[in-house]
Amino acid sequence: MNSGLLSLSYLIGSVSFIIGLKMLSHPDTARKGNLYAAVGMTLAILATIFLYTKDGVGLGNHLWIFGGLIIGSIVGTMAAKKVQMTAMPQMVSLFNGMGGACAAIISIVEFKHLLHTGADITSEPVLTTTILIGLVIGTVSFTGSMIAFGKLNGNINDKTLPLQQVVNIGLLVLILIMLVGMVTGLISADAMTMMYILLTISALYGILFVMPIGGADMPVVISLLNSFTGVAAAFGGFLYDNSVMLTGGILVGSAGTVLTVLMCNAMNRSLTNVIVGSFGGNKQAGGSSESGGTYKEISITDTAVLMMYSKKVIIVPGYGLAVAQAQHTCHELEKVLDQNGVEVKYAIHPVAGRMPGHMNVLLAEADVSYDKLLDMDEINPEFAHTDVVLVLGANDVVNPAAKTDPASPIYGMPILDVEDAAHVIVNKRSMKPGYAGIENGLFFQPKTSMLFGDAKDALNKLVAEIKSMA
Amino acid sequence: MEQVLNLLTEHFYFIFLLILMIILGFEVISRVPAVLHTPLMSGANAIHGVVIIGAIIVMGQAESDNYLALILGFIAVILGTLNVVGGFVVTDRMLEMFKKRKKN
Repeated sequence: MNSGLLSLSYLIGSVSFIIGLKMLSHPDTARKGNLYAAVGMTLAILATIFLYTKDGVGLGNHLWIFGGLIIGSIVGTMAAKKVQMTAMPQMVSLFNGMGGACAAIISIVEFKHLLHTGADITSEPVLTTTILIGLVIGTVSFTGSMIAFGKLNGNINDKTLPLQQVVNIGLLVLILIMLVGMVTGLISADAMTMMYILLTISALYGILFVMPIGGADMPVVISLLNSFTGVAAAFGGFLYDNSVMLTGGILVGSAGTVLTVLMCNAMNRSLTNVIVGSFGGNKQAGGSSESGGTYKEISITDTAVLMMYSKKVIIVPGYGLAVAQAQHTCHELEKVLDQNGVEVKYAIHPVAGRMPGHMNVLLAEADVSYDKLLDMDEINPEFAHTDVVLVLGANDVVNPAAKTDPASPIYGMPILDVEDAAHVIVNKRSMKPGYAGIENGLFFQPKTSMLFGDAKDALNKLVAEIKSMA
Repeated sequence: MEQVLNLLTEHFYFIFLLILMIILGFEVISRVPAVLHTPLMSGANAIHGVVIIGAIIVMGQAESDNYLALILGFIAVILGTLNVVGGFVVTDRMLEMFKKRKKN
């Protein structure tokens, strides 16, 4: 009876994950899909606590379990509610790391347990392999996510050690050798010590794997680590003969991989390219060193006049807008211009911000109407009959070098054709290159004017100026 | 070869499920508008929090004098819950905004 109920709960849980994920990929049903998956998860968790039995014995320590659940729920909810919309990518990375750590801890305890039962690990090759792979993937996912979190949060800078790739591959080979050695018994050292060494190497690999990857590629890395954790969870499912862990884990592992590839496609880069990391990691000069060229500055008043007397303005938001928390002010500018009969649209590059869809989420938060946000393919033909393009803290996604300079590291990445417009106004804090570390020729073009300053500050002044003119 | 086939027979149910889920995961995600990439990643992130069930099992099976298992299990439960609850709440917050713009 009980085991039947448990199976039923797991079945419902698994189906809710599949349907939830399916609904999440459609704008109209996304929120409901998330809710379905959450309900299925709750059911599976409660069923496990009360109905799970092994050899006729149910689970004990309910007080501890509920204690952990309550602490985790309170902290998780508070963190998720309080986080700024701009910090969303690092939050996802952080939560992902927690899942990875959870999988790793399970493996540690189960490994100890396995040794404790007196079994020789070589006599249980499947079980040992499952536990150890869960340990490796969970740990890599944990440390990797923490580094990704630190990078997006600005605590950690891109660093490339000498021979980084060689070291990384060496570590990976070492992990494999240790796995095979431990399972086959070829390495006869103390199993517990070996496990801790494996844990340490995996942790180190996770750190060194993410360390050299540039900020522009961080979304891809988070998505990849996300699917890693999925796989780690699936190994846990295999370990406990637990169908819901297996379905949930594999589903995320495979869906996460697809998502990772989709993101790579949006940037016109291959996954290997991202991992080997030639993008932001090695700050190469990037062929066109147009630096030292002349650029011209524009004042707030001139910008306001220019925009007021335009028919059509396109705003290109980038990470600078997110950092400055300027999405609300940006919406205000759009409203003022709209009241004065200027058509305003937003051009959203697939990788604007730090994650695909990041800018959409941010602007949606500021109540910007959905139909004003246009994808790159939709908006590119419109630049030719646009009077003013306002680039707000975006850089690499409008860099013409991606089209014209085969030596540039971003060559081949689809960009927004802002230079087709009559005027381009670029708001930036300084002339510093963007995240990919490449000089942007757009800034030195005759039709481009630079409006220096913090995005929010500049937009506030711009709105005030336009209001006073109207 | 025989060993491999034996392994397949022994774990047939899981291997079966594994392959079906891989295909399903590909199919479910393959056509997604870029707008939803971030919420989708976040939602998937919450779903792999299902690893919490493993943590609960570890915790629930720990003998009351096995402090190491108890403490590690307890930490694992907290971390797993953070992944699940935080993941779903963050996803909901992102999607809530998409709903708002629909009313406009």
